[in-house]
Amino acid sequence: MKIWIPQPLRSYTQQRSQVEANGATLAEVLADLDRRYPGIRFRMIDEQDGVRTHMKLFVNREQVDSLATSLHEGDEVHIFQALSGG
Amino acid sequence: MTSPATGPLALLISTRKGLWLLHGDAGRQRFTLDGPHFLGHVIHHAVLDRRDRRTLLVAARTGHLGPTVFRSTDIGRTWKEASRPAAFPKAPAGETGRVVDHGFWLEPAHASEPNCWYMGTSPEGLFRSEDGGDTWSSVTGFNDHPRNAEWTRKEDLGTPDGPILHSIQIDPRDPRHFYIAMSGIGGGVFETRDGGSDWKPLNAGCAINFAPIPDPEFGHDPHCVRLHPLAPDLLYQQNHCGIYRMRRAEGRWVRIGDNMPKDVGDIGFPIELHPRDPRTAWVFPMDGTDVWPRTSPDGKPAVYRTRDEGESWQRQDRGLPSDQAWFTVRRQAMAVDAHEPLGIYFGTTHGEVWGSANEGAEWSCLARHLPLIHAVEAAEFAT
Repeated sequence: MKIWIPQPLRSYTQQRSQVEANGATLAEVLADLDRRYPGIRFRMIDEQDGVRTHMKLFVNREQVDSLATSLHEGDEVHIFQALSGG
Repeated sequence: MTSPATGPLALLISTRKGLWLLHGDAGRQRFTLDGPHFLGHVIHHAVLDRRDRRTLLVAARTGHLGPTVFRSTDIGRTWKEASRPAAFPKAPAGETGRVVDHGFWLEPAHASEPNCWYMGTSPEGLFRSEDGGDTWSSVTGFNDHPRNAEWTRKEDLGTPDGPILHSIQIDPRDPRHFYIAMSGIGGGVFETRDGGSDWKPLNAGCAINFAPIPDPEFGHDPHCVRLHPLAPDLLYQQNHCGIYRMRRAEGRWVRIGDNMPKDVGDIGFPIELHPRDPRTAWVFPMDGTDVWPRTSPDGKPAVYRTRDEGESWQRQDRGLPSDQAWFTVRRQAMAVDAHEPLGIYFGTTHGEVWGSANEGAEWSCLARHLPLIHAVEAAEFAT
C-alpha cells in the first residue's frame, strides 16, 4: 500500500515522498517500511511503540494512535510531522 | 596523555541547530569553520574517540524525530547512522515504559575496551555500545537497579531540558570502576566498581539547598564531574550548590568554591581539568543569586582557574567583554586541548566560541553567530 513520507524522514527514502509497504496492521506496515528503509521506524515510533509526540499517523485521512490498527488492501497511510517549536 | 599534543585540532561544536567543526592550526592562531553538519538537528554531544582518534560519534535528534547516533571515521566527510540507537527495554503489557528522549553524554570506555562507548541519556539512562557506536544496549545494572526508581524517573523535576545522566568518568586503572552523575531531584554522583552491575551514591558533604533534608544520601544536582586521568582518586565537581573536590579515600566532598570571591560566587555548569596537572582546574562562574539568572555575574564574563586543587582561584578575563555581556555556558560547553601551553575554549548559549591558547591568560572570539551551543570538545584527529 502507499505510504506518504514527510520531509524530515525522506533522508531514509532517498528523498521519495511516497513509498510502498505491506502488512495487515499498522505495526506490520511500519516493520516492513523499516526493513526497506532501515532506521526510519525508530525516528517516529518510540521503544514502547508510542507515536512520538511531534509525529502523526493517518490511515485513510483518519488520525490513528494504535499500531494495532488493521489495514486493508488499498488503504493509504500518511505520516506527518506535527507543528513544533522553533 | 602526559606529553603535550603538537598537531592541529578541531573543536566539535554541538548546537541546537546542528554540528560545526572549528579547525585550528597547530599554533591555534587560525581557525576555519566547517559546517553545518546535520543542519536543523539538535546535537547534544559530539565526541572523538580518544583511543583511535578517528571515530567521531554524535548524539542527535530533531524537534520531530526520535534520538539517534551518527558516526564518522573521516573527520565528518561522511556519516553513518547507528543501526540500533539507545532505547529502554519494552515494558510488559499494562506497564508504562521509559522512552529515551535524547542522548546527552557520550564517553569512550576504558582504553582496554576498544570500540566500546557509554552514553547517558535523558531521561536518565545508561547505555553501552561494543561496536563503535553502531548498536547500543541498556546497562541493566543501572537502568534496572532495584533503587533506580528512587534515583530517577522524576521527569517533572528535572533540569529545563529534562533529567539527564552525564559526567561518565572512567577510572584509567580499572574499566569496571567508573562514575556517573545525574541532574534533577533524586540525582547525584554515583559510583560502580563492578562494571555497572551495582551502584552506590557518592554525595556526602555536598550541599543541597533545594530540599529540606540536610546531607541526604542522594538527590543532589551535580552539573559536571571530572576525574583526573593522572590522579584518578581526585574528583572535581561543579554542582548546583557550589564547586567541590573529593579525595576518594576521604569519601566526602569539600566545597572548594568557598575560596572563590564572594561577589562572584561558585555557581556554574562546566569544570575542566589540566590534562597534565591534577591540581589545576577551570570553571566559568554564573549568577546563582536571586532567581538564578545563570549569566556572567554582573555582566562581566570571566573564567576562574585554580592551581592548587581549589584552595585559591585567579580571575582570567583578558580579552573577554568587560561589561554588559551576559554569557551562559552549559555543562558540556567548555573544553581543553592537550597542547603546551594548554588551550581552553568555551561556547555560549548565544552562539559564540571563545578560546585561549595560553591557559586562559588571554581570550579571543573564535566564532560567532552560531546557534545555541550545547557542547564543545577539543579533538585531535589522527592524520
